[in-house]
Amino acid sequence: MTREKTTNAVEVRGLVKHFGTTKAVDGIDLDVREGTVMGVLGPNGAGKTTLVRMLSTLLQPDAGTAHVAGYDVVRQPRQLRRTIGLTGQYASVDEKLSGWENLYMIGRLLDLSRSEARRRADEMLERFSLTEAAKRPASKYSGGMRRRLDLAASMIGRPRVLYLDEPTTGLDPRTRNEVWDEVQNIVADGNTVLLTTQYMEEAEQLANELTVVDRGKVIAEGRVQELKAKVGGRTLEIRPADQGELHRMVGALAQAGLDGVGGATASEDAGVVSVPIVSDEQLTAVVGLLSERGFALADISTHLPSLDEVFLALTGQTATHEDDRDAIEEVAA
Amino acid sequence: MSTATVKTPRPAGSPGPDAGTPPVKPGVDEGRIGLRANLRHIGALVRRNALQIKQDPESMMDALLMPIVFTLLFVYVFGGAIGGGKGGSRDDYVQYLVPGMMGMMSMSIAMAVGTGINEDFRKGVMDRFRSMPIARSSVLIAKSLVEVGRMLVAIIVLLTVGILVGFDVNGHWLGMLGAIGLTALFGSALLWVFIIVGLTMRTAQAVQGISFLVLMPLQFGSSVFVPTGTMPGWLKAFTDVNPLTHVADSARGLMLGQGEVGSPVMWTVIWSVGLTLATAPFAIAMFRKKT
Repeated sequence: MTREKTTNAVEVRGLVKHFGTTKAVDGIDLDVREGTVMGVLGPNGAGKTTLVRMLSTLLQPDAGTAHVAGYDVVRQPRQLRRTIGLTGQYASVDEKLSGWENLYMIGRLLDLSRSEARRRADEMLERFSLTEAAKRPASKYSGGMRRRLDLAASMIGRPRVLYLDEPTTGLDPRTRNEVWDEVQNIVADGNTVLLTTQYMEEAEQLANELTVVDRGKVIAEGRVQELKAKVGGRTLEIRPADQGELHRMVGALAQAGLDGVGGATASEDAGVVSVPIVSDEQLTAVVGLLSERGFALADISTHLPSLDEVFLALTGQTATHEDDRDAIEEVAA
Repeated sequence: MSTATVKTPRPAGSPGPDAGTPPVKPGVDEGRIGLRANLRHIGALVRRNALQIKQDPESMMDALLMPIVFTLLFVYVFGGAIGGGKGGSRDDYVQYLVPGMMGMMSMSIAMAVGTGINEDFRKGVMDRFRSMPIARSSVLIAKSLVEVGRMLVAIIVLLTVGILVGFDVNGHWLGMLGAIGLTALFGSALLWVFIIVGLTMRTAQAVQGISFLVLMPLQFGSSVFVPTGTMPGWLKAFTDVNPLTHVADSARGLMLGQGEVGSPVMWTVIWSVGLTLATAPFAIAMFRKKT
């Protein structure tokens, strides 16, 4: 099949899915360029899983269109299924089968010959560092091993588009890094990936571009840096030599009312004062003011807002809000 | 599924002449799954189900133990009384019971497919199968093939135990093969019914509960355990149409060389084919649509 470089690997237009009165996906547009990683970021119940399920032909959309590798999700589901790999929120391997048997079975289902399926199973186990566990039933695998097996299973058919639906949800930080490494390798090979996540850090680590969704709608999109810029400025963090001076520093800054500098806040946990700024002049002004007032400073740093802060700025609420759609989406899934 | 139905009906996989979508080059990938590919997929999935049994041998317990327990129970608890009542002996009852229970065994095994399908659906692996380029029916067909295999195991165990407690085929070996085949045919038809039950109920326990409610009256309201001659008219009317009666009578006719053969065999075939035609397409459609 000839690939047209200009075509997006995934094109979603006005996609809608309602469950009863709940609008799980409420008119989403999305483009994923060939060879890039699109992160779909949103809290629980934002509609991420429903979106992925529609793009993998597991759910029928109520309205809108979606194409993957040029195939229509509704009219050409069988062709589409040849081009995708899916790693779900729940490890989608047969737990009673060994790692090797799982991969061999999938190879056979993807029309590989017996010897090819065998070779590919060995190859994938090797690549995802599971060779030693090849003969053990997947139910005996640790959480991280199971996700890796799941990734291996999704990669057997060399999919043009790989969906990773919350690949590290429920994993401990060490295992999460392990899975990230694997995903980064997959990306390095030039695969197109659609990744959903509720972790800002994960999106930042893995994705080139981001679509932020909330309540079934896209609320922001762009490159990670662009999104951060949209929220504006940087945060200046100042650590006083004497932790007792945190609040006095905040008071001094508020009193001075420097031009264009936002309200300072003290974080006792981190032992720093955070000041939103937009220019280098403001940085100089803040530091100048504090030394003028005789504060001893131990450390100064600036950083771009975290995605958590981006999310807060975009939606006006924290990313961890729960709502009734969680339950419905779970049932539908 | 309580969701709003999709606006336009569409035949799955057919490209359809719409504007607005990039046209797929004809002949590149029609999405068709050929017969050979389909058989290969079914083979791979049969292997999966067989490996599951190997990994979890307890799942064969029903096929291995049920025929033993039921045969011993009925032969030694009821056998003397029932056989004696008929003016015969326990040995006469063994001759009556063993062929009769063949159909009942395949029905009980078939029931398990419902809970199996139900459990599969709550695991991620079904999502993987359904997002792969295979006919969704092949998942069900593979499952059914393995279940028929389990039925054959149960029937062979039943016949072995039967022979140990005195069952005598009297040289009707061909008849026995015929009876085994007929019973498996009937059992495979029942599989589709229980697949529908498994796809409809929310939990495996509910599947089991419903299945038992269906099973008990069918098994006892038949000629499986006792001749229907002494039953009241209304019950007799039920047992006469109960497919288990036909299956039991066919097996007796074929294996003992006595009693009518043609009519019960015909009715067993009619029931089996009819049930399959009525339920298999429905089961496959439900399986395809289930989200």
